[in-house]
Amino acid sequence: MKQHHDHSHDRSFDDGPPSEYEIMSRAIQELLVERGVITAEQVRMRMEQFDADFPYRGPRVIAHAWADPGFKARLLADGKRACAEFGIDLEAERLIAVENTPQVHNVIVCTLCSCYPRALLGMPPTWYKSENYRRRVVREPRAVLAEFGTLLPEHVALRVHDSNADMRYVVVPLRPAGTEGWSEEQLARIITRDSLVGVTLPKA
Amino acid sequence: MSLPSAYTEAPVRRFDVGDRVAVKAWYPPGHRRTPHYIRGKRGVIERVCGAFANPEELAYGLDGEPKRVLYRVRFRQRDLWPDYSGPERDALELEIYEHWLEPA
Repeated sequence: MKQHHDHSHDRSFDDGPPSEYEIMSRAIQELLVERGVITAEQVRMRMEQFDADFPYRGPRVIAHAWADPGFKARLLADGKRACAEFGIDLEAERLIAVENTPQVHNVIVCTLCSCYPRALLGMPPTWYKSENYRRRVVREPRAVLAEFGTLLPEHVALRVHDSNADMRYVVVPLRPAGTEGWSEEQLARIITRDSLVGVTLPKA
Repeated sequence: MSLPSAYTEAPVRRFDVGDRVAVKAWYPPGHRRTPHYIRGKRGVIERVCGAFANPEELAYGLDGEPKRVLYRVRFRQRDLWPDYSGPERDALELEIYEHWLEPA
């Protein structure tokens, strides 16, 4: 299985009874452990390895885009190429950076599984993989954003991006007022993971 | 600046940015990357993403050749959900392979 289409086996974030597939994958894992094919320790180490393989580098890239309009333009035109220029190899991942403006707000989801720009943002948060988020953010995105404390005015158009196939997405949030003259390091500190998925806004 | 790699990868394609398209209302069995909620809906090509090995075949251990052109298609939320209560400009975008699209 290609790693970026891995389905999570962690169901602690979903309400309700486990799905048929969750029960099946749990059962298979338990059987494999019981028969000595794999150990629980190996499963844990593999998950740890995922974290090491995909460090969280998004804020540095976005802070650079805020500070350098030329880089931002290149990032929006071809995310993979711009990241390479910044020294980040996205490997197989294609990246589409979507820019928030005073008129448009963007939010990212994968309704089919849990595709996520891991090369930039590391492993996805549990809520991103939850059925609740995946099902509702395409249908009632404004209500979902409100639950994250993000109230979008009616004059701002909301664009939901379903990363259902081969592209990965990252939001370029609006640089907040009051950050004029900040260094890229300072800027990176206010760029949160959730703001790069588009469910929150960075605050100065 | 040179064209994004997506365009050089998919020189032969059926649609271009701005074209109006409809997603086929197909319900074949098997591994599909076209979510059910978008089948039968009309939208506009937002960008050409490139050409990729067909995931519907990769899923079964085949090589996915010939590659398929992948498009980013923009839909109005109100066209997707009849009871959508947000502003008219709210939109949803997702990736659809060429063989799932027809002119609209």
